[in-house]
Amino acid sequence: MSLYKERFDGRAFDEVRPIRAEVGIIPSADGSAVFETGGTRAIAVVRGPRTLHPQHMQNPQKGILRVSYGMMPFSVWDRIRPGPSRRSEEISKVTEWALSSVVDLSEFPNTVVDVFIQIPQADAGTRVAGINAAAMALADAGIPMREMISAIAVGKVDKTLIVDVNKMEEDFSEGEGSTDIPMAFTSRRKNIALLQLDGKISTDELKKAIEMGKVACEKVLEAQVEALKKSKSKGIENE
Amino acid sequence: MSDVVISNIQRKKILECIASGKRLDGRALDEYRKIEVEVGISKNAEASVRLRLGKTEVLAGVKLGITEPYPDAPDEGTFMTNAELHPMASEYFEMGRPRIEAIELARVIDRGIRESGFIDMKKLCIKEGEKVWQVFLDIVALNDDGNMLDAAGLAALIALGNAKMPKFNEEEGKIEHELTEEPLPLNHEAMSFNMTFHKIGNQIVVDVGPEEEAVSDYRLSIAVGDDNGKPRITAMQKGKEGAISSEDMEKILKLVEVKWKEMFPKVKEYVFGNGK
Amino acid sequence: MSNEERTIVVPGETLVSGNDYLPGDGAYRDGKDVVAQRFGIKNISEKLVRVVPVSGTYRPRKGNTIIGVVVDITFNGWLIDFGGAQNAFLSISEVPRYINKGELRDFLDFGDAVVVKVWDVKSRSVEVSMKMRGFGKLEGGMIIKVNPNKVPRIIGKEGSMVKLLKNSLGCSITVGQNGYVWIYGKSLEDEIKTKKVIEFIVDNATSIGLTEAVEKYIHELGESDFEIIEENTDK
Repeated sequence: MSLYKERFDGRAFDEVRPIRAEVGIIPSADGSAVFETGGTRAIAVVRGPRTLHPQHMQNPQKGILRVSYGMMPFSVWDRIRPGPSRRSEEISKVTEWALSSVVDLSEFPNTVVDVFIQIPQADAGTRVAGINAAAMALADAGIPMREMISAIAVGKVDKTLIVDVNKMEEDFSEGEGSTDIPMAFTSRRKNIALLQLDGKISTDELKKAIEMGKVACEKVLEAQVEALKKSKSKGIENE
Repeated sequence: MSDVVISNIQRKKILECIASGKRLDGRALDEYRKIEVEVGISKNAEASVRLRLGKTEVLAGVKLGITEPYPDAPDEGTFMTNAELHPMASEYFEMGRPRIEAIELARVIDRGIRESGFIDMKKLCIKEGEKVWQVFLDIVALNDDGNMLDAAGLAALIALGNAKMPKFNEEEGKIEHELTEEPLPLNHEAMSFNMTFHKIGNQIVVDVGPEEEAVSDYRLSIAVGDDNGKPRITAMQKGKEGAISSEDMEKILKLVEVKWKEMFPKVKEYVFGNGK
Repeated sequence: MSNEERTIVVPGETLVSGNDYLPGDGAYRDGKDVVAQRFGIKNISEKLVRVVPVSGTYRPRKGNTIIGVVVDITFNGWLIDFGGAQNAFLSISEVPRYINKGELRDFLDFGDAVVVKVWDVKSRSVEVSMKMRGFGKLEGGMIIKVNPNKVPRIIGKEGSMVKLLKNSLGCSITVGQNGYVWIYGKSLEDEIKTKKVIEFIVDNATSIGLTEAVEKYIHELGESDFEIIEENTDK
């Protein structure tokens, strides 16, 4: 029997926290979005494509996607030192890989598309919220993408598999403790674009965790698509 | 912050317009854009604020920690301001470039708050010579549409004005993850706020946009507080290459008096209006 | 446009199924489906399936009219910033008169604003020309920058909106597809008024009955007495 029988916030094990998604929050950026689940909020801003400097970094065959993820100093209880850290650099890179699996910048050689992800408030799952916001902001910026991307953190708390882990669950230390599995799926082919794991899990449990993540990402995708469509649908009612 | 590409005709038009006492966006020369404030954007902060000045947008947050006092002020808390002018905030901020603008912005805001005595540092002493509260003020620019300094400065004051003390466990000597109802100790009457004046053509202009910023000769930022109904200056910074003539200095100080009278009650309302 | 053509689609969404459809701009084939490759409006005409962008940066296309600023001068032409991913190149062979090398600055100097036509888009460069009538250096007036995706609303159906503005505000208006709009009027007041109306259009581009709203807004601002000024961009 698992020691984690009921979730701290009363959610079902496969239930995502309330989602809020909005596109176009910073009108003067090329693309922007906010994605929120429960107490975690991510802002994404896209600028570009624009010419990449210095020139020797340019790719004459296609544009470069560059992701920068960061938590605001006051986003968590124990203040984070401003500026890049080893953690933020790594998350930027895995996010960049995840997004690059669907983004096609072949039309924009020698350019860079910058994706800035900032977390003003955190309650676990910031990298996946960041990916969700970034996918919307990239779409909003009109960047060619073969598919959308949706992400979720699946967790194993003692022996119980749960989706959309919050901070208290992440910090659970009894029994087998807490295992964190952030993952992202492409919207069409359902390929895994991001997968990390921190903890211990059997192969069977992992298979189940991935299935749970996939189902939960449908909810995320729904919110992303709705926010994107809502941001522009009013504009075409006239004429 | 002025790598804005501006055409000769546009430069001429802005100068012509400002010379005639108007601005391209229809504002008066001494008129600020609309200010919008949202308090409480992070539940994990002692205070957090999102502020919009026109389309310029900035976040500010306050966090508290425990530290040793400085040897020269053993019975006072400490205060630190940090600003990030992230490249996300503007197409003109480049990646990796040394951010002197961010450093300057943080230092000017820090001085305005520190020198005014707005934060009651003595009340932030826990045990003299050993343990004091440490106040962190963090500013993150989201979108730069001109005059980030005044926007960030106001956001900072509002954050401080709304900050609550966290619970301190004296036995263990550490902060608990819980806020009390007790506000951050402030000297309300000492508050000063920042206004930035730009010299454009022959005129002095407040709250400039990016194109106006690009054609201005110099800027003068002045933090002003209240001295029994009269403005009291607590910090200043002259920026850019132009130099101030004595006539202009007089003109600016006259404008400071007028604007201070108009803005100070509004600023007080923003800073202390919530929960008071 | 039919209802179906107004559907907003997101990347990865199936636009239509069937092997006889052809994926155009912003679309790709995936098995029997034609799929959206970007966010925008689904557009199917005959068998060609496209996604028309609704957001993002301006991408120059052959034949576009754009407005920009000279930011550099080379030995054989001018580099023009138009707010795109890269600068456009205006060669001395693409200006309406003969220019001696070494005298480029006399014709167009740093900071000069120009209205030019895009005649070629390559991977490394955007080539522009000002040989045709209606293109050249801009003298006087002001330039405002708006979201390039809102340009169709400023122009209106077959130019109806821009015509309405010109007729009721008395300013000459040149709209660059890159979102730079040049306004030239008899007085600063007229130009500022025109600027306000264009910003009103951009802010309200999503509202129903835009033309009526614009007419009302112009009326509120107060119409001015003026004579219509002829286009003067080709001098």
